[in-house]
Amino acid sequence: MSKKEFDIPAVPKDSEALFTPEPKPDATASVRSYPASAQHQEALGFPGEIPDDWQDRALAHFETLLERSRSLRVYLDSCVRCGACTDKCHYYLGTGDPKNMPVARQDLMRDVYRRHFTPAGRNFPGLVRGRELTREVMDEWFTYFHQCSQCRRCSVYCPYGIDTAEISMAAREILDVAGFGQKYVNEILGKVHKIGNNLGLPGPALEDTLEGLEEDLRDETGLDVKIPLDVEGADILLVTPSADFFAEPHVDGLMGYAKVFHQAGLSWTLSSHAAEAGNFGMFIGNYEQMKKVAERIREAALKLKVKRIVVGECGHAWRVAYSFWNTLAGIGHGADENDEYARALQNQLDPNYPVPQHICELTYDLMQRGVLKFDPTANDHIGLTFHDSCNVARASRMGDKPGGQMEIPRALLRASVRNFHDMADSTIGDATFCCGGGGGLLTDELMEIRVKGALPRVNALRETMEEHGVTHMAAICAICKAQFTKVLPYYDLPMDTIVSLHQMVGNALRLDRGEI
Amino acid sequence: MVTATFAILFYAATAILLAGLGARIMLYARTPAPLSIPTTPAPTSRGGAALRVAGEVALFSSLFRSNKWIWLLGWAFHVALLLVLLRHLRYFVEPVPQVLVWVQPFGLYAAFAMVAALAGLWIRRIGVSRLRYITGPSDHLMLALLIAIGASGLAIKYLAPTDIVAVKAFFLGLMRFDWQPLPADPMLLIHLLLVALLMVLFPFSKLLHAAGVFFSPTRNQPDTPRERRRLAPWAAELERTNR
Repeated sequence: MSKKEFDIPAVPKDSEALFTPEPKPDATASVRSYPASAQHQEALGFPGEIPDDWQDRALAHFETLLERSRSLRVYLDSCVRCGACTDKCHYYLGTGDPKNMPVARQDLMRDVYRRHFTPAGRNFPGLVRGRELTREVMDEWFTYFHQCSQCRRCSVYCPYGIDTAEISMAAREILDVAGFGQKYVNEILGKVHKIGNNLGLPGPALEDTLEGLEEDLRDETGLDVKIPLDVEGADILLVTPSADFFAEPHVDGLMGYAKVFHQAGLSWTLSSHAAEAGNFGMFIGNYEQMKKVAERIREAALKLKVKRIVVGECGHAWRVAYSFWNTLAGIGHGADENDEYARALQNQLDPNYPVPQHICELTYDLMQRGVLKFDPTANDHIGLTFHDSCNVARASRMGDKPGGQMEIPRALLRASVRNFHDMADSTIGDATFCCGGGGGLLTDELMEIRVKGALPRVNALRETMEEHGVTHMAAICAICKAQFTKVLPYYDLPMDTIVSLHQMVGNALRLDRGEI
Repeated sequence: MVTATFAILFYAATAILLAGLGARIMLYARTPAPLSIPTTPAPTSRGGAALRVAGEVALFSSLFRSNKWIWLLGWAFHVALLLVLLRHLRYFVEPVPQVLVWVQPFGLYAAFAMVAALAGLWIRRIGVSRLRYITGPSDHLMLALLIAIGASGLAIKYLAPTDIVAVKAFFLGLMRFDWQPLPADPMLLIHLLLVALLMVLFPFSKLLHAAGVFFSPTRNQPDTPRERRRLAPWAAELERTNR
């Protein structure tokens, strides 16, 4: 893909000068996802072609969602258009297209809601901007609800907590049901159902890959660091994004996890049936899809009779795991005694550990207990900063206390790297900027929005690079890692600037078991 | 004639406000929140979540983080409106409690603050290009209505005084179903007409944010998904039929 297809936004010399652009209507109106093919649609139970009665289907499903979801109804009613969110979205900051302002993106759906579902909109559409759900509106939905990475930054700043992610998930589900699916996400969901992971990597190939990685680990450490697969009776099931099996820098993270397990002497396994932590069902807001994908992990945990379930570095997957798994598939604690479905798994799990547990929580716990020792000088060639992934920062937790999802990764990085510097406060923690590729946007045809959406993050990154000698940025999300690898070169930064957190941990971890 | 018209108008407006808002609140309360979606970091207890919502309601805490101008103008307007409403409570209670007597002058200053804050919000709405883009006709009309209510109220106080004793008798009479004559002063009638209009619009407009803020799952849910299994009734049904 040529880099000249669109203008790369200039990163201001003075990072404070990243100002909010004036609205440039339709600036990214032509940046569109590929539509899903009939085959990809039908595999998920959505219509393969746009049916004649698409409008009826869309409106009927809209009504179903309003009945199913309090957030949707409350958020469609409550916006007062105060404007607080208008300068919070990285896509607006990067493109200036006013439909990328969270409120305007929501209004694409809200206007239709008013026209079809409220007395004010039915009777006075001109006054309250009620809008008939026409083909044109559906096309606009398809464009702009696929320019939202569902990162929830706007939700942090909204006085009513209106979460554009909830709106865009609902809009995408309505699009799917009416036959307007997006290729990238729906194709991948099909692969999970059929093969077990997003990359369509079959079991035998996975086995080969892991053997190769074990060899690499042996060459690097001189030790027999294992990456077990499908071991029945292992204590821990590790579920990790499939990108960890071969993409760079993801795979270095996976080897880092293996070193942690090895050094701590833990019994663990991967599963070929649940070789994917990612759950793209969330991106299309479809509960049934999300549940179906999550149940693969439940099935694997039951089959392998594990006591703990640990999740690798993946942002949206950690949101689904932490926040939704207990609901979707009973993976967690605290189900009622008469909740047979959840109890079937929960009775088998060790109540002394959180379920699911993030790999960072596991490593941090071992570090706190002195089981792991670090030699940060191993990373002295690196100046590091940390990119909070949106779904981890704003839609999950690690540890016992609110905010642990920010503190625990940093504690691990500080133990592993001596030169660690955070980026500007307004760009980290729960104010973090999305990488630009989340929420089902990590596809080449959306490269323009991906590059431009990365601008606020790149701006903050470049500042720490210039002022604090930072050379690398760690992340704990497969999408962030893939996105930065691809877009940083557009900003003249090396693609390997982005590293895995457990890659840093793995470098610094002392693998001399005898001394402990 | 005037008395009867306004009596019926206020009965109708009150009925629409209460029934409309009540129905909406019932609808929000009955609609399940199927998934755990608090914006994190979030409190891990119900009490903590209640405090978080209280902070949003009383202090507009998220808005404060977001934009100091909108916060200042929006918060000033709402606090001023509250004081103005408290000042007006004296028209509906007899005898007037000491605290309402005490609040009277503050209610009066607040009326000016209210109109000024609304004007500020309107200027931003027109002057800031991003806000101009998201603004619809109803947003302008709502500001116009609120300013007109404030301005007509101030006009009664300073320019076209009315017999407020009679006004009070009218409203007490309404509440006791024993109608008393309402003074037919134009400014008063305009003021009351606009207030009735606002009451009618409330359940059908963006003013529903007043109820919505209490029902926002990103704010009112405690962060406990690993410790507690949340299951909406329709999701439980799905779980049963799928197995």
